[in-house]
Amino acid sequence: MDWVLEFPQIDGTTLRALARTIDQQYRAFSRAWGDAIEAAFRPLLEFLLWFEKLLIATPWWVVLGVVVGVVWLASRSRTITLGTAVALVLIGVFGMWEDTMRTLAIIAVCTLLSVLLGLPIGIAMSRSDRLQATINPILDVMQTMPSFVYLIPIVMLLGIGLVPGLLVVVIYSMPPIIRLTNLGIRLVDAEVLEAADAFGSSGWQKLLDVQLPLSLPTIMAGLNQTIMAALAMVVVASLIGVRGLGQPVLQAINNQYFTQGVLNGLAIVAIAIIFDRTSQAFGKRLQRHRDAEHG
Amino acid sequence: MADPAIRIRNLFKIFGPRDKALIERVMAGMTKAELQSDPAHTLGLRDINIDMRKGTIQVVMGLSGSGKSTLVRHINRLIEPTAGEILIEGEDVTAMTPDRLRAFRRRQVSMVFQRFALLPHKTVLDNVTYGLRIAGVGRSDRERAAGEWVERVGLSGYENSFPAQLSGGMQQRVGLARALATDADILLMDEPFSALDPLIRSDMQAILLELQKDLKKTVVFITHDLDEALRLGDRIAILRDGAIVQQGNPQDIVMSPADDYVAAFVAEVNRGKVVKVETIMRPLSPDSSALSARSALVEGTSLEAAARSMTEAEATEAVVLDSGGHPVGTVTMRDVIGAMVPSGDEGRGHRGAAALAAEAIG
Ligand SMILES: Nc1ncnc2c1ncn2[C@@H]1O[C@H](COP(=O)(O)OP(=O)(O)O)[C@@H](O)[C@H]1O
Ligand SMILES: [Mg+2]
Repeated sequence: MDWVLEFPQIDGTTLRALARTIDQQYRAFSRAWGDAIEAAFRPLLEFLLWFEKLLIATPWWVVLGVVVGVVWLASRSRTITLGTAVALVLIGVFGMWEDTMRTLAIIAVCTLLSVLLGLPIGIAMSRSDRLQATINPILDVMQTMPSFVYLIPIVMLLGIGLVPGLLVVVIYSMPPIIRLTNLGIRLVDAEVLEAADAFGSSGWQKLLDVQLPLSLPTIMAGLNQTIMAALAMVVVASLIGVRGLGQPVLQAINNQYFTQGVLNGLAIVAIAIIFDRTSQAFGKRLQRHRDAEHG
Repeated sequence: MADPAIRIRNLFKIFGPRDKALIERVMAGMTKAELQSDPAHTLGLRDINIDMRKGTIQVVMGLSGSGKSTLVRHINRLIEPTAGEILIEGEDVTAMTPDRLRAFRRRQVSMVFQRFALLPHKTVLDNVTYGLRIAGVGRSDRERAAGEWVERVGLSGYENSFPAQLSGGMQQRVGLARALATDADILLMDEPFSALDPLIRSDMQAILLELQKDLKKTVVFITHDLDEALRLGDRIAILRDGAIVQQGNPQDIVMSPADDYVAAFVAEVNRGKVVKVETIMRPLSPDSSALSARSALVEGTSLEAAARSMTEAEATEAVVLDSGGHPVGTVTMRDVIGAMVPSGDEGRGHRGAAALAAEAIG
């Protein structure tokens, strides 16, 4: 009557055999395919490296000027622009400029990838209830599975470096933009959609004229969350060799360098706030026509 | 008489996944209430037959849920019918290919919506050009055309405003201009003025009538408001539970309601304004004393106006003249007054009204 007192479980030998078989299978798979998959990611890696080098090689004051300029153009807010300039100067003064550039590069590329992949997936999901029912649980797994778990197979497959780091970050940060694109399109006013149909819109015309513009505020909220999620993964990615602000943090943890940890942590926070405030202000500006109440 | 612009034949609509399987039973006489026992299906329309004449305003009226929106959406096939056909200039809309249907919607039919359905992120001008842009008209052409329509609906100076900056009435003018800009012959209007304040609504009705005078579109106008129906409609069809219970010109509806449902609608109507003298006139007899009467009325005079002019002329009898000035009939003051006040028999209509109101709320 063992099973009354203890959960009847597979015995240790079977479980070990099972784990070993699966691991061996996967190792065989990664030996057979690892190179091919790595080659497939090559262009992405080159692009990322190029972008990183560009940010680092360009004189700091040019980068500073461009970032501050972009923030101004997007937000048209003095506070946000000034805050950005001050934050970047402090980052430079405290010797974190180069690491910050590396982090900016990987975040920018991750965001780009997330949008390029996430937007079409979100659009497809909004068109089919069945697809939505299939993809939603996958997104749940992507967002809640501890990232260390999928770190293992990715490292087994691709080794250590930028591309596996990029994958880890993208996996974690893509769900919000997919979810909110899907949600935004589903919430578009049915009567406006009907009007688009009534005037003879094709599917593309409806998507570009009505569905995307009307769901833009929601999609922007998703983009914002995606960027925040990507930044949250910077330290984890540094575990597998992604350089940037995450590495000094990791080092600080290992050696109990309190100040170094705090400084680099604050730099990550500063970047997060810059991205967040700028993208939100940009989103608001796109929606100006909504607040204009008639008088 | 000219061919109808829109001819609807034996149109049925059942909402639900197995509509085609249920259609035979509905055709055999199953009612909306009986179908209600099947929660997945709703009877939208039952055996609609109607001819809408070119260049006139056809009003479709009924209580909420009677199928008005469903009916009008079949004309441009925003809703697929379960059975039946819709012929426009002889072509069956229900048989159009997707390409043909898009072309049809771009050029031959346009629509105005109850809640305006404007693009909130586009300016007034860009909203008005919307249909033309969809149809592939070049920028300068469509902006010229749209500019004219903006002016005709009285929105000059607001070209660069966003919809949210305009009042409801002005937004619906944008909706109207957008619909007119494509030059389609058929204009579908689904309760276009129902969301507006009464005074604005009356303004909008006037604008529509004014435009219609020289545009002569075939307008299908949906409303639940009888006053609006009587003011705008050349012909009125009344829907109940997805079926047409009566169709005719406004006076037919007011003078001889087909059942309690219609009687309830017309019970509160000021007949003196709606009913014309020719509707109640007696045939001309050669020895009629009215021929020498002191009062003459032209066809199209309302009972109210007739009573006023007969009173002024102190006449108890009047002769009715056609537009050429030829006598066509006679009316007495007694007829006129009698027709303005519903008879005791029709008082039934009031009880009907109460019952229907209860039904609508319940
Ligand atoms: N898409 C739909 N699915 C199921 N039932 C519908 C749908 N659209 C309308 N109906 C039903 O059809 C009937 C007529 O609706 P509708 O045409 O909107 O009425 P009206 O415009 O006269 O208020 C109602 O009973 C409504 O519930
Ligand atoms: Mg309706």
